[in-house]
Amino acid sequence: MKTIYLDHAAGTPVDDKVVDGMIPYLKGYFGNPQSIHVYGEEAKGAIEAAREVMADLISADPGEIYFTANGTESNNIAIKGIAHAAKKKGSHIVVSAIEHQSVLHSVKSLVKEGFSVTHVPVDKHGVVSLEDVKKAMVDETILVSIMHANSEVGTIEPIGEIAKVAKERGAIFHTDAVSAVGNIPVDVNKLGVDSLSLSGSQFYGPKGAAALYLKKGTRIVPFIDGGIQEDGRRPGTENVPGIVGLGLAARLAKDEMADRAKHLTVLRDALISGLTSKIDHIYLTGHPEKRLPGHASFVVEFIEGEAMLLSLSMEGVCVASGSACTSKALKASHVLEAMKVETALAQGSIVFSFGMMNTMEDVDYVLEVFPPIIERLRKMSPLYTKYLKEGKK
Amino acid sequence: MYSEKVMDHFRNPRNVGVLDNADGIGEEGNPVCGDMMTFYIKVKDDRLEDIKFQTFGCGSAIAVSSMISEMAMGKTLDEAMKITNKDVAEELGGLPKNKLHCSNLGADALHRAIENYRKDVKVEPKAKRPEKPADSAAHCHCPYCGEEFDCKDSHVEMCQNRPASE
Repeated sequence: MKTIYLDHAAGTPVDDKVVDGMIPYLKGYFGNPQSIHVYGEEAKGAIEAAREVMADLISADPGEIYFTANGTESNNIAIKGIAHAAKKKGSHIVVSAIEHQSVLHSVKSLVKEGFSVTHVPVDKHGVVSLEDVKKAMVDETILVSIMHANSEVGTIEPIGEIAKVAKERGAIFHTDAVSAVGNIPVDVNKLGVDSLSLSGSQFYGPKGAAALYLKKGTRIVPFIDGGIQEDGRRPGTENVPGIVGLGLAARLAKDEMADRAKHLTVLRDALISGLTSKIDHIYLTGHPEKRLPGHASFVVEFIEGEAMLLSLSMEGVCVASGSACTSKALKASHVLEAMKVETALAQGSIVFSFGMMNTMEDVDYVLEVFPPIIERLRKMSPLYTKYLKEGKK
Repeated sequence: MYSEKVMDHFRNPRNVGVLDNADGIGEEGNPVCGDMMTFYIKVKDDRLEDIKFQTFGCGSAIAVSSMISEMAMGKTLDEAMKITNKDVAEELGGLPKNKLHCSNLGADALHRAIENYRKDVKVEPKAKRPEKPADSAAHCHCPYCGEEFDCKDSHVEMCQNRPASE
């Protein structure tokens, strides 16, 4: 059976060109970049070349890029590091209600240390309101962190405007741009952000290679103690093959972004229009237009997400869901909850995210197999039976 | 994540449907928590002559409902009332620890249908999320965070990850 991967929001495959470029640094140039012999120099040179390319992708200066292992680590370094460095000025932090757990839990840790936090709500499309950010900020606010694009519903936030508001009030602005960088144009200067997290595994780079952008002059207190790597902000021996791969993926993303977006948008829109016309009681989640190019997320009424996910997997289609049963904590998605999606409806969450290997044939296949799955699951749903019998939900 | 047997019951659930003239109906869970099961029974000479179920829930919830319907079919009411959550999970070749609550719901829904028949009065569906297996094994797992805790304690009540509405 053919397998169709539609879970690129969770992680993209590594581009062949990226793999090819990484292999020499696994096999031959294995030296520690801090060593001052030929092996070390070669590795160091490769890292610095990757830093330049990475910086170029987001219009930063290479000296503002710090390599990390993943988006979670970048968010932790930024949130905790900035808060600790600025605590003499204040102790209040503003985040949105739909942030990734690495942001929410970092803030939760800070609250245990005495910081306070305000969670800004979102509208029904998952968009953070500028007015709400303004209202949330107080004189004590030192840091505002709002994600660039949401991986679960695909909504792209008005980061430039929010950053401006935060900066006007004297706060440092961080954005978790893990889902955005490499997929949509991101320019740190135009956006006016002080700090930004990104990850190569979201744009055909390897897992274990990510970065944090810190605008020159942005102070952080590092939470890993060690050597001088990454200017001491993220000590530890560098993941040279991973960083090389991240750089290569960044170069490809910059060169191919427009073509990729065009391809992914066509697939996304075909799936959205196909599913909403073939299935009743299915609703698109996230913003109808301001959304990631390859992202189509829905809630399907009367059935539950994991059952849909397993059924699609049996047909060879790999997707994601934000239903309670797919989370270890058995809680429905905090993103859908913040968007005020009715709790029972949020259980029917299903997320399709396209990548460059996908074709229109894949869309057609999903449109062929998914409606009968919905029909089958609804046949065994007491909620659907009740709806058919009583005409009410 | 799931055993072959769980996947078999999920793929081909047995006894799905509604019994129009059911002798007893039992409902457990609610869609807000994520799972809801309704069992319909027909009783003849104190035995379960027919069982049907409907489930709103995950793969585990559907497989549990199907398994219980098979285990209980043809049994006397007393025998069916003795089917425990642990029996169902074991019969399915085990369930992931954070899915054990699905087996609680299934057995409870069947037992509720039998109680409904015996009392010959309508039993109001009770929306709840069970905390402890009926047979009170030494350790339970919190359905919200998956953490193991002593069944005598009320970890679920204390769990910070539980939904605010709970």
